[in-house]
Amino acid sequence: MPTQSKGWSPYLAGALSGLVSIGSVLIAGKYLGASTTFVRGAGMAERLYAPDVVTTLAYYIKEKPVFDWQFLFVCGIAAGAYLAARLYGDFKVQLVPDTWSARFGPSPWRRAAAAFVGGVIAMFGARLADGCPSGHGLSGMSQLAVSGYLAGAGFFIGGIVMARLLYRGK
Amino acid sequence: MELFFGLVTGVLFGFLLQRGQVLRYDKQLGALRLKDMTIVKFMLSHIMVAMVGLYLLNDLGLVKLSIKSTVLGANILGGLIFGLGWGLVGYCPGTSVGAVGEGRFDALWGIAGMLVGAAVFARAYDGLLGTVYTWGDYGKITLPSLLGISHWLVIVVLLAAFAGILRLLERKGL
Repeated sequence: MPTQSKGWSPYLAGALSGLVSIGSVLIAGKYLGASTTFVRGAGMAERLYAPDVVTTLAYYIKEKPVFDWQFLFVCGIAAGAYLAARLYGDFKVQLVPDTWSARFGPSPWRRAAAAFVGGVIAMFGARLADGCPSGHGLSGMSQLAVSGYLAGAGFFIGGIVMARLLYRGK
Repeated sequence: MELFFGLVTGVLFGFLLQRGQVLRYDKQLGALRLKDMTIVKFMLSHIMVAMVGLYLLNDLGLVKLSIKSTVLGANILGGLIFGLGWGLVGYCPGTSVGAVGEGRFDALWGIAGMLVGAAVFARAYDGLLGTVYTWGDYGKITLPSLLGISHWLVIVVLLAAFAGILRLLERKGL
């Protein structure tokens, strides 16, 4: 097996994923999305040490900490990616991405700090916008929802601004 | 059964995300630095296929659309905040878990941060309800309902626009 396969064309993989999304709506009536699962996951974690929080905060009452279609969908993404990576010899443990390492050095802790802080900010924004690049970007824009196009533009504008700040002049 | 469908759909989607090479920090930042548009190609290809299929099935009465409300304040502000965080973590919520499946374990820190971000949001939610969520609330509107034209006209225009964008990206070698 090759050590790092080149992968498929993003057009082919993207178009096939579009068919998966159509099939999911047709068979299960479910649209792809990911970020609500992080609210349910956070609720499950909080329930372990502070059960009151989960029963009193309105947002946890709205998005209950239970396993639902999307939670299993998100778990499935990890499994599917693992399967494909193993099958095509792409699986490689990496703590610091190449681009990051070239700009900020090989320290896994510096990368960890940025990834953690970025994750906090990104999820706060995704919940405020009511979706992430899956729910708004793919499902919303496919359904011609105005919210999907607005949020999608916001995702890329915010992302380009941050990328400029981090990689200025590089 | 619903959980089973979720798992199967996730496995298929994760498989394709990995094959499309979009689970990488380098590819996500490549797009945000306007140097490598792999993820944009993936997303637009997905949308072009899905919008035709979903509206066709909807016209035939076989599926129901599920439109998220448009609230200008929340969608735009939330979108921009998400983007700033995305540029830092280099994974979105869906691709972060896929990246872990591929061995990119820095995404685990991103996932931990996202869980904390969700917990922080749960505490801010009540305060946001009376403010950001009231700024420009237009309900469940779509481009065709807003413009008052046939959804197929919108789809044809978007297909042409997206194809044009993709052609331009190929021409520029992005």
